[in-house]
Amino acid sequence: MIEYETVVGLEVHCELLTVTKLFCGCRNAFGDEPNTNICPVCLGLPGSLPVLNRRAVELALRIGTALNCRPERSIFHRKNYFYPDMPKDYQISQYDEPINVDGWLELPDGSRVGIERAHMEEDTGKTTHVGGGGRIHEAGYSLVDYNRAGVPLVEIVSRPDIRSAAQARAYVDELRSILVATGASDGRMEEGSLRVDANVSVRPVGATEYGTRCEVKNLNSMRSLERAVDYEVARQTALVESGERIAQETRHWDEGDGSTHSLRSKEEANDYRYFPEPDLTPLVPDAGLLAAAAEGVGPMPAERRHRLSSLLAGDAELATRRDGSTDQVVTVVDLGLDDLVRDAVAAGADPRLALARAANEAAANPEGAKSLDPAAFAALLKMESAGQLSATQSKEVLAELMSQGGDPARIAGRLGYEQMDSSAFEAMVDEVINANPEEWQRFCGGDDKVAQFLLGQVMRASKGRANGKLVAAAFASRRHV
Amino acid sequence: MSARPAPEFGSLVEIAERVRSGTLSARAVLSQSLDRIRELEGDLHCFNAVTEQAAMEDADHIDHLVRSGADPGPLAGVPVALKDNLCTEGVPTTCSSKILEGWLPPYDATVVRRLRDAGAIAVGKTNLDEFAMGSSTENSAFGPTKNPWDTGRVPGGSSGGSAAAVAAGMVPLSFGSDTGGSIRQPAALCGIVGVKPTYGVVSRYGLIAFASSLDQIGPFATTVADAALGLEVIAGHDPMDSTSLDRPAPSVLATLGDGVEGLRIGIVEDFLSVGSDCRDAVVAAGEALSAAGAKVDQVAIPELLLGLPAYYVIAPAEASSNLSRYDGVRYGLRVDGPDVETMNARTRGEGFGPEVKRRIMMGTYALSAGYYDAYYGQAQKARTLVIRAFEAAYKNFDVLLTPTTPSVAFPFGSKVADPIEMYMCDLCSIPSSLAGHPAASVPFALSSEGLPIGIQVLAPALGESVMMRVAASLEKAAPRAARGPVTP
Repeated sequence: MIEYETVVGLEVHCELLTVTKLFCGCRNAFGDEPNTNICPVCLGLPGSLPVLNRRAVELALRIGTALNCRPERSIFHRKNYFYPDMPKDYQISQYDEPINVDGWLELPDGSRVGIERAHMEEDTGKTTHVGGGGRIHEAGYSLVDYNRAGVPLVEIVSRPDIRSAAQARAYVDELRSILVATGASDGRMEEGSLRVDANVSVRPVGATEYGTRCEVKNLNSMRSLERAVDYEVARQTALVESGERIAQETRHWDEGDGSTHSLRSKEEANDYRYFPEPDLTPLVPDAGLLAAAAEGVGPMPAERRHRLSSLLAGDAELATRRDGSTDQVVTVVDLGLDDLVRDAVAAGADPRLALARAANEAAANPEGAKSLDPAAFAALLKMESAGQLSATQSKEVLAELMSQGGDPARIAGRLGYEQMDSSAFEAMVDEVINANPEEWQRFCGGDDKVAQFLLGQVMRASKGRANGKLVAAAFASRRHV
Repeated sequence: MSARPAPEFGSLVEIAERVRSGTLSARAVLSQSLDRIRELEGDLHCFNAVTEQAAMEDADHIDHLVRSGADPGPLAGVPVALKDNLCTEGVPTTCSSKILEGWLPPYDATVVRRLRDAGAIAVGKTNLDEFAMGSSTENSAFGPTKNPWDTGRVPGGSSGGSAAAVAAGMVPLSFGSDTGGSIRQPAALCGIVGVKPTYGVVSRYGLIAFASSLDQIGPFATTVADAALGLEVIAGHDPMDSTSLDRPAPSVLATLGDGVEGLRIGIVEDFLSVGSDCRDAVVAAGEALSAAGAKVDQVAIPELLLGLPAYYVIAPAEASSNLSRYDGVRYGLRVDGPDVETMNARTRGEGFGPEVKRRIMMGTYALSAGYYDAYYGQAQKARTLVIRAFEAAYKNFDVLLTPTTPSVAFPFGSKVADPIEMYMCDLCSIPSSLAGHPAASVPFALSSEGLPIGIQVLAPALGESVMMRVAASLEKAAPRAARGPVTP
C-alpha cells in the first residue's frame, strides 16, 4: 500500500501596525465607526494618487529581516479584478519584484520552513452581506466599510515545506510571535490582523514532484487551520487512492460542518492582468530604510530559544529529559520571560529550577512575572535548592513575590515556612515504607518511577514542609541497607 | 468661412499687473470673459459648465484683496478655463462622460489650487473627448466643440474645449491634459500655443487618469509668453503625486527673449511625409530659425515611428485599469441589476461611449495572460527604443522640430468611421509623450484654406527653457493672422 505525504505551503497576510494607511494619511485603526477613516485616496476617487507610507516600508523590511530574507529593489504592480470592497477595482500589490525574498523560519522543534517572499500590498474594504446567509449572491443588500481599504499588509508566502497540520499550526504560531516581536503586527487572528490561506496537496512518500494543490480559504483560527489541513489531506488522499484526479481549485473551509467546499476552479480564476503601477516609483531599500528597519528589533524567538537552551546545556539531567525542557523553553520565550531566567541563573539560581518555575508558576501570572525582580527570584530559588524551603513553600512565596514583590526570606518567615527538620520527616519516611510494602519492594528493585509516589506520600504527610530533595535522599539511603 | 479677429485681453502679465495695482478690476476682466462666452458658447460649445456665480465671487474677493493691500498673485484676476477632467471641489467634473455625470469632487486638483493661489479666476469646465480619448471632441458624451476658425471643423482633441475657448477669446488662458498630443494637437488646429511639460513637472493629483505614465497637464494661451507664465504657476513638486519631480520647476519666462543664436535645431525628416501645407510650414520654420542665428539641419530618427503603435498598446492598457473604478458602487452613474456583476456591467455598458469601450477592450486584451509579453511587453520595448533614439539625437541637437499634426482641422465626421485614421492625428506628438519629454505647439502659418498650422518644438527632459525660447522665436517670425483669438 502506498503511503502519502502531506505538503502544505502557507500564505499569511499580516496587517502592519502603522499609524496611517499605506498610501494616504487616514488612520489605520480597527473597530472605528464604518467609513470614518476615509479620504479621496483610499476611496479611489477619480484623480487621486497613492503616496507610499515610509513607516510601512520600514516594518515590511523589519519582517523580512526577522525572517532571514534578502531585501531587494522592488516595484508595485496593479492586480486587476472587480469587487465592491475594492475602491479602485484593482489592488496595489507586489508581484514579481517583491521587497523581501528567500528567507526561512525555524520552528521550536528545530525544523526550518523556507520563506519564498514577504511582499507589501494594500488591504481591501470589508463587505457585510445582509440576508441570504451572508453570501454575496443570496444577500438582499450589502454594506461596505472602507476603513480597512488601504491598510498596509505584508503577505508572507512560505515554500511548500510543511508536512503536517500540526507543523502548519506551529509555523503560524512561530510566525505570529515573530511578527509581534518585531512590533510590525499585533498578531490578532480574531480581528483579522493575521489571515492564513493554506495550499494543500498530497503525494506518495518519496515522490519528488508535488501533487495538484488546492488553496483553502476562510481559516479564522489556529484550530480551523489544523482541521482544514487534516480534512483536505484526507479528502485528497481518498481521491488519489480511488484513482481520481484532484482539480486545482480554491476551496472554502466551513467551520460549521468541518469540511471544505469548492469556491472556484482554476479555469474560473481571475486573470489579474498584473502590470507595473505607473503611479508609484521603484522602491530601493537604501541604507536609511534598512537602518530604520533594524532599529529596535531584538533577537527573534528561535535565537532566544537557542540562547536559553545553551544556558541549560551543562545540566546533564536536563539533557536526558530533552522534550520537557524544550516545551518549557518555548513557553518561557513565548512569554518573554527568557531574560528573567537568564538573569536569575547569572545570579546563581539553578538553571533547571529557574526554567521550570518560569514556565509553570510564572506563566500562570504573566503580568506579575514581568514585574518580577530577577534578584529576588534568584534568591528564592537558591533558598529552595539549599533545602531551606520545600517546593510547595517556594511556589507560595513566588506567588506572593509576583503579586506584591518584596524579599523572599522575609515572606517565607512571615508565612511561617520553616523547614521541617530531618528528624521529623525521618519517621514519616519509615511510616510510608511500612504502609506501602509493595511499592517499596519495587523501589528497592530499581523502579525509579515509584520513587515519585513514595516521595509524594511524605510530602502530603508533611503538608509540603519537608524538603523533597532530603526526603528523596532518605529513601535512597534506606534502599540498600 | 473665414475667421475674423477678436477682442483681446492683453497679455497675462499686463492683466495681472493692472489688477494688482488696482487700475483694472478683476470683475471687469471677468465680465469681458463672461460676455464673450455668452456670445459664442451657443455656437461653439466649449464648456460643460460655466461657473459664473462662483467666478464673480472669486473676482470680488481678488478685488477686495487688492483694496486691502494684499497681493493676489501673478495671475491676479486672470479668467481661466479648466478641462473637465481636472477635479474642482463642489463643481461637477465629468470627463465628458455619462458615467461621471452629477459627481461632485470633494477636492481641488493641485493645479486648480495653485491657480487659485495665484489669483486666477476659474470660469468653467471645458469639453473634451470622453476621458480624454480622442482627437476631435467628437467622443464627448455632451456633443462636440466647434473650431472657432471654421465651425464646420473639429477643434482637435482631446482638450478641444480648452483650446477653442482661448482661440475664440473667451478666456486668455486655459488648461488641458496631454497623453499623446491632447494639448498640442488642438492648439495647432485652433491656432494657439499649447505646452506639454516634462512628465513630473506638473502634479497629476486631481487629474482624472487616462494613462498614468503619460498624462501631463499644461497651458493653452494665444502667446508663448502667456503660456510660459501659465506653466510656471502650475509647475513644481507636489508631495501628493509620487511621480512629481522633487526639484524646482524649470524657469521659462526669464529666458524667453534670449533668441536662438547658436542653437542646434533638427528637423525630423521622418515626419515630413505629412500634408504638403504642414510640411512646407516646418521647412519655413527651419528657415526662419536659421535666419535668427540657429544652426538648422534635418535628422532621421526612424525609431520615432514606433511610437504610435506602442502608444496604442500602453495607453489603453493603463486606461483599462484606471477606468475600472467606474463600477456604479460608490459614485457617478449606477444602472441597477439583480446582482452586483450585472449592475457593474449595465453601468459601464450605458455609461461609457464607444471609443472608451474600444480602448478598455484593447487594453484588457493587451494585458491578458498569454498576450502580455507579445503586446504590453513589446510596446514597452518599443518605448525604450524611442527614448534611446531621442537620447542619441539630443547629443547633436538642442531641440527638434516637427509639424504638430499631419493635417489642419478636419470636418466633423470625416474620421469617425475609421479609428486608425483618427489615431494617426497623434503621429508626431506621441514620441515625446512616451519619452516623458516636453513639447510645445506654436501657430506658425495658415493653410491654403486659411486654417492654422502648428509647429511642434521638442526638447529633452526638463528642456522647457530652451524649448520656449525657440517657440518665442517662431512666434516672432510667424504672421499675426496665423494665431487666435478669432471670431467665428
